[in-house]
Amino acid sequence: MASKRDVNLTINGASHAVSIEPRRTLADVLRDDCGLTGTHLGCEHGVCGACTVLVDGRPVRSCLMFGVQAEGKTIRTVEGLADGDTLHPLQQAFWENHGLQCGFCTPGFLMLAAGALEENPEMSDNEIKDVLSSNLCRCTGYQNIVKAVRIAARELRARPRA
Amino acid sequence: MSHIGRSLRRIEDRPLLRGAGAFAADCNARDQLHMRVVRSPVAFGRILGIETAEACALDGVVAIWTIADVAELPPIDFRQMGLEALAAYRQFVLARDYVRYVGEPVAVVFAVDPYVAEDAADLVYCDIDEQAAQLDATAPPVAFKPDIYPGLLSEPAVLRRAYGDIDAAFAAAEKIVAVEVKVGRHTGVPLETRGALGVYDADKDVVTLYGVAKVPHYNRDAITRMLGLGPGRLQLSEGHVGGGFGIRGELYPEDVLVCAAALRLHRPVKWIEDRKEHLLAANHSRDQVYRLRAAVDKRGFILGLKAEFFTDQGAYVRTHGTTVTDLSAAMLPGPYVIPAYCVEGHIRLTNKTPAGTYRAPGRYESTFARERLIDKIASDLGLSPVEVRRANFIAAEAMPFDRGIQTLGTGVVYDSGKYGDLLERVLDRLDYDQLQQELAARRDRGEHVGLGVACFVEKSGLGPQDLVRIRVDGRGTIEIVTGVASVGQGVETVLAQICAETIDVPIERISVVHGQTDRIEIGFGAFASRVTVMAGSAVKIASEALRDRALATAAKLLQTTPDTLRLSNGTVEAIDGGASLPLGDVALHLEESGGLTGEGRFVAGHMTYPYGIHAAQVKVDPSTCGITIERYLVGYDVGRAINPMLIEGQIVGAAAQGIGGALLEEFVYDENGQPLAASFADYLMPTCHEVPEIEVLLREDAPSPLNPLGVKGAGEAGINAVGAALAAAIDAALQKPGVVTQLPITPARLHAILRGRRP
Repeated sequence: MASKRDVNLTINGASHAVSIEPRRTLADVLRDDCGLTGTHLGCEHGVCGACTVLVDGRPVRSCLMFGVQAEGKTIRTVEGLADGDTLHPLQQAFWENHGLQCGFCTPGFLMLAAGALEENPEMSDNEIKDVLSSNLCRCTGYQNIVKAVRIAARELRARPRA
Repeated sequence: MSHIGRSLRRIEDRPLLRGAGAFAADCNARDQLHMRVVRSPVAFGRILGIETAEACALDGVVAIWTIADVAELPPIDFRQMGLEALAAYRQFVLARDYVRYVGEPVAVVFAVDPYVAEDAADLVYCDIDEQAAQLDATAPPVAFKPDIYPGLLSEPAVLRRAYGDIDAAFAAAEKIVAVEVKVGRHTGVPLETRGALGVYDADKDVVTLYGVAKVPHYNRDAITRMLGLGPGRLQLSEGHVGGGFGIRGELYPEDVLVCAAALRLHRPVKWIEDRKEHLLAANHSRDQVYRLRAAVDKRGFILGLKAEFFTDQGAYVRTHGTTVTDLSAAMLPGPYVIPAYCVEGHIRLTNKTPAGTYRAPGRYESTFARERLIDKIASDLGLSPVEVRRANFIAAEAMPFDRGIQTLGTGVVYDSGKYGDLLERVLDRLDYDQLQQELAARRDRGEHVGLGVACFVEKSGLGPQDLVRIRVDGRGTIEIVTGVASVGQGVETVLAQICAETIDVPIERISVVHGQTDRIEIGFGAFASRVTVMAGSAVKIASEALRDRALATAAKLLQTTPDTLRLSNGTVEAIDGGASLPLGDVALHLEESGGLTGEGRFVAGHMTYPYGIHAAQVKVDPSTCGITIERYLVGYDVGRAINPMLIEGQIVGAAAQGIGGALLEEFVYDENGQPLAASFADYLMPTCHEVPEIEVLLREDAPSPLNPLGVKGAGEAGINAVGAALAAAIDAALQKPGVVTQLPITPARLHAILRGRRP
C-alpha cells in the first residue's frame, strides 16, 4: 500500500481530518473516509456526472480529482444542500416535478445545478439545458429535471439576495 | 379523498433528494473484504493456466479464487423459460476450461482495501490459447467449447410457432412483401453499476446479501441451492436500486461469489462493479436480425406472415433462458389480425457478453421489424402507411383476442384494446393531414423532414401471483409488506395510493416494505411491468380485507352494524354522523388477537396487453448526418392510471432509452471480439440535448378485465416503438421508403444511406 498523507478537508462547513493515500479520488474520500455517501459514482471516468460536488463553489466531478488536491478548498456535497429539514428549492422542485426516479443521478444533478445557478442566477432556459447536458440520467428522459431546475431558478431569483 | 388517478408526488423521494439513499455501494460492514474480479482479456480461448502467485504476495490480499476453488458450484440456472437443451450452455461463476467473451470472470481477488484488490487483480495472469471468435449470429453455428463438449454447437435452440393456413395465405396473395432488418446490440445501463455485500452472522448462521434487486426471493432460493445451504440460512435485503431496466437483479456470478466468500472467509465481502466491467459483464440485449415475408391483398391486409429471426445471445445462456426469443416470436404480430403466421427463432451464441432482457425485450426488436414491414407494404402497394395499419388492426369487437400461441408459458390473449380508436386520437392530436402538408412544403423548400408512425401491443402483469400484507399500528400508521421489488419506478407511492384509496387514509401514514425476504415468504419481483398489476391488485384485496375487519370491529365497539359505518380519512365513522373511532384505536383493540391486518393474494393466469402508438417527426441534416427529433408523441392506453405523473415519467424515460438504442447506443466489437464500447465515451447514451420534449397522450379507454383495478403496466410503453417510429420518420425525411433497415441509425450509417442516394 502506498504511504498515506494527513489531509484536512472542509466539507459542508465542517472540518474532516483524514489520512489518505495520494491516489484516492475525492469521491472515494468523501464516501469512504468521510461517510458522505450521497455523492454517487456512476462511471469513474468523468462522463456521467453522478459524483458532481462543488469545490470552491464550482461543479467538479469528484471521480476525476484526488482527495489530496482538495486540501484548503471548500467542498459542498448534496448532504449540505438542505437547511435542516427545509429542502433547498432545487430539491423541492425535483420532488414536486418528479425530477427523479431511481434517484442515483439526483445528487449530481442537484449539485451541478446549484453550482451553475450560484455562478449565474440569470441563466436562460437554453443555458440551463446546456449545463444539464453535462450529466447523465437513465430513468427520467430529462424532461422533468430540466423543468425542475428552471422552476427552482425562478424561485431562487425571486428570493431576496443575502 | 380519492387517491387513484392523482399525480401525487412520491413518498419515496425525500432520502433520495438529501443524499441519504442506501444504494449498494453505500452498504458497509465492519471488517469487510473487497472483491475484485479478474476478467478475460480475450473473446475465445482455452484456459491453459491462471497465475496468481504474484498477486497473492501483495500486502492486504486475503485470498484469490479460480474455478478450482469453487469447482463444486453448479452453473447459474434459468429463472424462467429454461429448456433441457439449454443446460449445457449455462455459465459457471468463474470460467471453466474456456473463456467465451471479453469480461468473463476467470478469478476473484479478496483484499482488505478496494484499491489493493484492484492492484492484485492486475497482477493475475491468464494464460489463454486464443481461438477465432464467432461474432455473427447469422453465420453457420460453430463448436461451443471444442473438445470439452464434442458436437455441441452454438445454436442451443430454435423456437417454432405457427397458426393458421400459411400456404393458403401465400397462394392467395396479391403480392409478397419482404424485409430483412437488424436491431443493434445495446442494453439497459442503469446509472448505478451492480454491487453486492454479503455478511455472515456466525451467531445466527445466516448470510445476508445486500445490493439485490428485481427478484430477491427467486435469487435467495437459487443461491441457496447453488451453495447447498439449508432453509433460512440466506436472506436478501433490497436497499435503493439505481435503475433496473431488466438487466439488474438477475442472478450473476458475482452475487454467488460474494455469498460463497462471506461464508467461507467468515468476513463480510463487498463487491462494487466499475463502469467498464458493467459494460462488459452485465447482460447485453437486443441484437436480432429479422427476415420477414408477408402475403398481402390489395388493401395491404396481411393474409399470412412468415418470419425467421436470429437472437445473438452472446457467450452463454443466462437466467432468462429463451425469454427474449420466445417473446419476440409471440409478440411479432402485434396489433394486427394476421390470420396465418409461422415463425422460426434461432437462439445463437457468439463470443460477446451474454444477453438477457432489456425493457420491452423482444418487442422493441419485433416492433421495429413488423412496422418496417408494414411501411414496406404501404410503399410497395402505393398506400398510406396509416391506411395499411387501419386495414390490419384487430377490431375492438374482437376482444378478447386469442392469438393462438403461447409466450412465457401462458396463452397470448389480448384482454382489451381499441387500436383503431387510439390511432385516430393520435392522428387528431398530430393534426396529421395538415402536418403532412406542412412537412411536404418544407421538403419542397429543400429541408429533409418527415413523420413516422408505429403501432404496438405491450404485455404486462406477468403472474403467477403476488402476496401483500397490511398492518395498522396503534398510532394509525400503516405498513404494506410486499414481495415485489423497487427499481426506482415509484412502487411505494403507487401501492400507497391504492391502499389510501381503498381504505381512505391519508397517504402520509403509509409506508411500503419491499424486497426483504425475511419480511414475507414469497415475492415475484419487479419485471415485465408487473408490479402495479400484480402487487397493486393484491394491495387492493388486502386493503378491502383490512377495511372489513376494521368496520366489523368498530361496529362491535360502537354497538352498531358494519353497514352503518365507513372509513374516512383514517377514522371509522357512522355514515349518518355521530360516533367515530380512529383506525389506530381499532388496531389497539385488536392487539391481543393478531392486530388490525389484511392479507391479499392476487393470482393471474394471463397477462394484460396494453397498447400504444408512437409518432416521430425528424429533420435530417445531410451535411453532418445529424438527426434532430422535432416532435415525439406517445399515445398509450394503460387501462387505468393510478398516478398519471408517474406513468408519464415512465413513458418519457423509456422513450429516451429508446432514442438511445435507435440513434446512439451500440456495443461494437472488432474482428477479434474485442469490445470497442467499454466506456461512456464510446457507448453513447442520450443527454438532455438528444431527448426532445416527449408528448404523452395517456388513455384509459380499455381497462383490463383481468384485475380488480383494471390496470395495465406502464414500464415499457415508452420504449417499444421508438426504433420503428424514428426509422419511418427518417425514411420519410429522405423520401426513400424502406431505406432504414438497421438500428442504431448512427451518423456513419446515415452517411452510407445518403451516399447510396447521391453517389
